[in-house]
Amino acid sequence: MTATMKATNHMSVDQPSAHLRVVSEQSQNTTSGINLSGVSKTYGTGDGKVQSLRPLDFHINDGEFFVVVGPSGCGKSTLLKMISGLLPPTTGEIHVDGNKVTEPHGDVGIVFQNALLLPWRNILNNVLMPIDMKNLSRETYTPRARELLKMVGLEGFEKKLPWQLSGGMQQRASICRALVHDPKIMMMDEPFGALDAMTREKMNVELSRIQRRTGKTILLITHSIPEAVFLADKVLVMTERPGGIAAIYDVPLGRERTLDVMSNPVFTDLVARIRKHFMTNSTLD
Amino acid sequence: MSEKKAPGAAARLLNAAWLRPFLLLVMIIVGWDLAIRIFSIPAYQIPAPGDVVKVLVTDWRELLAQSWPTTYATLLGFLASAVFGIPVAMLIAGSRTVESYVYPLLVFSQSIPKVAIAPLFVVWFGFGIVPKIIAAFLLGFFPVVVSAVQGFKSVDPDMVDLARAMKGSRFKVFCAVNLPHALPAIFSGLKVSVTLAVVGAVVGEFVGSNSGIGYVLQRSIGTFDLPTMFAALVILALLGVILFWLVDRIERFAIPWHVSQRADVFVAS
Ligand SMILES: Nc1ncnc2c1ncn2[C@@H]1O[C@H](COP(=O)(O)OP(=O)(O)OP(=O)(O)O)[C@@H](O)[C@H]1O
Ligand SMILES: [Mg+2]
Repeated sequence: MTATMKATNHMSVDQPSAHLRVVSEQSQNTTSGINLSGVSKTYGTGDGKVQSLRPLDFHINDGEFFVVVGPSGCGKSTLLKMISGLLPPTTGEIHVDGNKVTEPHGDVGIVFQNALLLPWRNILNNVLMPIDMKNLSRETYTPRARELLKMVGLEGFEKKLPWQLSGGMQQRASICRALVHDPKIMMMDEPFGALDAMTREKMNVELSRIQRRTGKTILLITHSIPEAVFLADKVLVMTERPGGIAAIYDVPLGRERTLDVMSNPVFTDLVARIRKHFMTNSTLD
Repeated sequence: MSEKKAPGAAARLLNAAWLRPFLLLVMIIVGWDLAIRIFSIPAYQIPAPGDVVKVLVTDWRELLAQSWPTTYATLLGFLASAVFGIPVAMLIAGSRTVESYVYPLLVFSQSIPKVAIAPLFVVWFGFGIVPKIIAAFLLGFFPVVVSAVQGFKSVDPDMVDLARAMKGSRFKVFCAVNLPHALPAIFSGLKVSVTLAVVGAVVGEFVGSNSGIGYVLQRSIGTFDLPTMFAALVILALLGVILFWLVDRIERFAIPWHVSQRADVFVAS
């Protein structure tokens, strides 16, 4: 926590703004949401040990849009894998709704950095993969899958195989796959990295709308600071490798957001302020 | 194609892909015949193609009858190597412990010459079909295991993670992700395996059998009947080609999505 405090003090001296505030260490309700206490990760054993995450403590509330920004290689993907139960933390504990995470907990949709579609399944069947894995009825979920594909602009591609789609289209299909079983939690690791700027903004607005409408908890990782501020209720800024928490910011921009928000001074100030974290460290990803 | 204004039926036939290997074969046979005439190689060293064809025509009943036991042993040995090889590969790829125990031993066993131990099977199982099947199996087994291990190991761990995060059981994840992913590698192993299984069956027939193409081969060597020997070799080659082609067909059917098969998908769609 000392690193956090230092960074935040430094920042507040640097640029005092009344409407930006660093989240206080409020007492958290630990029986709901996602809670991390002292979670760190060191890869490898013996001489080959690489610490990729310093001990982290933070809390994600139910229904919150939580965005993590940080330089490349600071351990963002590692963090996401630990929270989803795919990778055990070296130290510390993760709790989801009060239950300790030791294995993947089904009610979650994951989007990885690359689309990871199965090359032998057509797009529709790829989207339905969670349904197959969970032994749910395909009949019930197929209309939903089609609807999701339509929403991301992939109508008419249901019967195509993944290699017949562009990288960005594949990534959009993988977002549908994460949404199809209507999970309570979404974890997205740079989901829009492969998209062009226009589609990316459209997807941002769409994702924001989905989150507001359904009240899902979303943990999203990104390289783009404007994207982070546009989407987030809270932004976690990470330091360089080994990753730690530089600061956590509340984003006081209201729940309903359109692209107009981007010209709001609150938005631009916060973007500039987060950017400063990386400028002082002399790396911007 | 672009130079020809109107490609006739003959030209189109010449361009057909399936015909090309036959054209090459004809050229080789012509070269073979010419070489014998030019260098006047005596018939007891290399028979003329004409003599070989003559044997194939006159003795085709006998040769066909002898082909069945060989085909039969080859297929059974090949099936056994697939049925045992793929699960063994699954175990090796799935567990480092199993791998460290089994894999080195497997490689070690591979360097034992099968011809040397084949007589042992005859001692154990007699002059029937069993020694041939075992020999075919032993030759076909290794390539299946090696390629399948490679296939199972090259699965993207993120892909497996993703399936695991969907709360799929281990078995479900395996069937949905690992197995289809390994299929292309498995099939390339099976193709090598099926041609080696032919060799294995012949080895089995060589050391102790009174039927099969291998037996014909050995008998004709004994009597210096070179045309018959070459005819037997031709039949073995044909057998290998046909079995290879069969596995190739099954592969196309099983993994139409794979890069190696994509040209066909375009044609179909
Ligand atoms: N399986 C692994 N074994 C050993 N080290 C690893 C492994 N995965 C990641 N690392 C190391 O951990 C660090 C963090 O990796 P991670 O993938 O979490 O970074 P990231 O923040 O997601 O980066 P990017 O933004 O480029 O995706 C890296 O320095 C990497 O070298
Ligand atoms: Mg990453």
